[in-house]
Amino acid sequence: MFHRESGYFKTTYQADMALFPLPIGRVAIAGLAVLFFVVFPIVMDDYYLTLVNLAAIAVVGALGLNILLGYTGQISIGHGAFMSVGAYTAANFAVHFDLPFWITIPSGGILAAAVGLLVGLPSLRVKGLYLAIATLAAQFIIEWTLNHTPVISGGVQASIEMPRPVVFGNTITTPTEMYLFLLPISVLAIIATLNLVRSRIGRAFVAIRDQEIAAEIIGINVYRYKLLAFMISSFYAGVAGVMATYYYGVANYEAFQLPISIDYLAMIIIGGLGSVLGSVFGAFFITLLPFGVRIFMETVGVFFVEGVYLAQVIAQMRLIIFGGLIIFFLVVEPEGLNKLWQNIRNYFRVWPFSY
Amino acid sequence: MEWQFFVELVTNGMLTGLMYALVAVGFVLIYKSTDAINFAQGEFCMIAAIVVAGAIKLYGFPVWVAIGTGLLFMLVFNWGLERVVLRPMIGRPVVAIIMATIGLALMFRGLGPLVFGAETRPIPLPIPDQPIIWGPFFMAPIDVLGAVISIGFMAVFGWFFMKSRKGVAMRAVADSHQVSMAMGINVERYFVLAWMLAGFVALLGGLVWGSAIGVDTQLAALGLKVFPVVILGGLDSIVGVIVGGIIVGVVEAISAGYIDPFVGGGTKDFTPYVLMILVLMVRPYGIFGKPIIERI
Repeated sequence: MFHRESGYFKTTYQADMALFPLPIGRVAIAGLAVLFFVVFPIVMDDYYLTLVNLAAIAVVGALGLNILLGYTGQISIGHGAFMSVGAYTAANFAVHFDLPFWITIPSGGILAAAVGLLVGLPSLRVKGLYLAIATLAAQFIIEWTLNHTPVISGGVQASIEMPRPVVFGNTITTPTEMYLFLLPISVLAIIATLNLVRSRIGRAFVAIRDQEIAAEIIGINVYRYKLLAFMISSFYAGVAGVMATYYYGVANYEAFQLPISIDYLAMIIIGGLGSVLGSVFGAFFITLLPFGVRIFMETVGVFFVEGVYLAQVIAQMRLIIFGGLIIFFLVVEPEGLNKLWQNIRNYFRVWPFSY
Repeated sequence: MEWQFFVELVTNGMLTGLMYALVAVGFVLIYKSTDAINFAQGEFCMIAAIVVAGAIKLYGFPVWVAIGTGLLFMLVFNWGLERVVLRPMIGRPVVAIIMATIGLALMFRGLGPLVFGAETRPIPLPIPDQPIIWGPFFMAPIDVLGAVISIGFMAVFGWFFMKSRKGVAMRAVADSHQVSMAMGINVERYFVLAWMLAGFVALLGGLVWGSAIGVDTQLAALGLKVFPVVILGGLDSIVGVIVGGIIVGVVEAISAGYIDPFVGGGTKDFTPYVLMILVLMVRPYGIFGKPIIERI
């Protein structure tokens, strides 16, 4: 933060295209990497690590949705359904063909992408609100299909038990190992997204979001890029679904129903539309929120509510706070947590001057 | 006997469909005048029904007084919502409005049971319980009442929109906010009016559905049920709501009667959506919806 951006001269194209052009950025990223990969697994106890695990899964899903909604401007209320496609694909591959995680994860993503392509098909003709409801329909149809097709969903309560992932010969069991298994995937997803959105494809996405007709006039194949956005977004969702399946140890469509899709929408709204960092912030925020509410209610709420009703009130309070936060951010800070972070950063960047 | 089964499915489906239309008209109302889609319409119905049922149960109000209380509550409540939440959303991207109403929906789902208790309550409307038997067909009186209210309300509503001064002004606002401002229409007042009307419709929907299936948070699921209705008919058409409602009701009844026995149930929750997607492929703005012409 306390650094100056002048005095760094880029003399090669590589230097100009670097993801983190300033040395301070590279130092900060290295510091974060050490913090997340070395310090956290050692310092944190299992309970907090499981929370971070959930957030790591959510990061991947939120990035996917942000590519579609934040960068391309296409609404999807069926994100959870794509996750379930990935989850069942991976579970079937792992159980029936005994495939390792480095095959199940991409294959879950690819099949989810194929389904996403199908769902995206109406997106050329159907726009805005109508598209939102069409994706909502996809959510219901996929859910029902999974639940009623025993060949895919394993029959008994539509759930398949997932074998534990094996990495370099070690079976992953403890939360710490799971953390070190999931986190690299999230990091990979973040880096991939950072690079995607500044590539030719990413710029085409943004052009479509900002003005579809203008984008078409300057030669962007709108339909192709919209479908591509749906595919990439669903790929991320599928990967997140596989991660969640490895994490829970079971593939079940109930873990990916409509409320989950809404959770993901809330993540990118609260985090910040069209921002990679915002997706990460939003994912952590929404994942940790229910636990925060519970801790708050168990310490403060006990003075107002009798013990028997506490669980019920916590569930209701969670809905109220969740809905309230969405509205609060939309009304007060539409650009989300990312914008707050930018404000803080900009303040210190020019400190002690005001601009 | 086979054709009787079919006819019964169709008639009951139509009645249910008209009751859906009663909820769906709330969406259309909002969309027509403010360009926003209200994902919380089902929750509005739920809140209205919870207030009415709660007033009867907890405070011992007579039914009509309770309904009056509910009406007053919904009008004030929606007026407040428009002021605090929805007015800042004007002119924002579609997703912002969708998310704001989803946020509202979540809040209501928590608030309703928190304030009034979570158990299922009845709304004892003074109508008979015995089914109306007409030849070989059975119809529930509440369904018939719902359908009648629905048709009556649509007629009044159609008149209001087409003939009355306020209705014409509302259509002008829907067409273009800027031009109506230039013509001296107080646009913001009509937004408030639209949301208050939606509150009134939600009360009707909540009463009819609440007395049909009981009042608890399950009522909010209505909101998801009526999406196919509004999309099929077109988001900005009142005729479309009735036609869409009847189509969805009949399709639901038929899929529940004929497809469910083969695949193990639950088809009626998603067949309307399948139909909706097929219609959207052919007519992207629904059957009666007005196409949006895009310009740079």
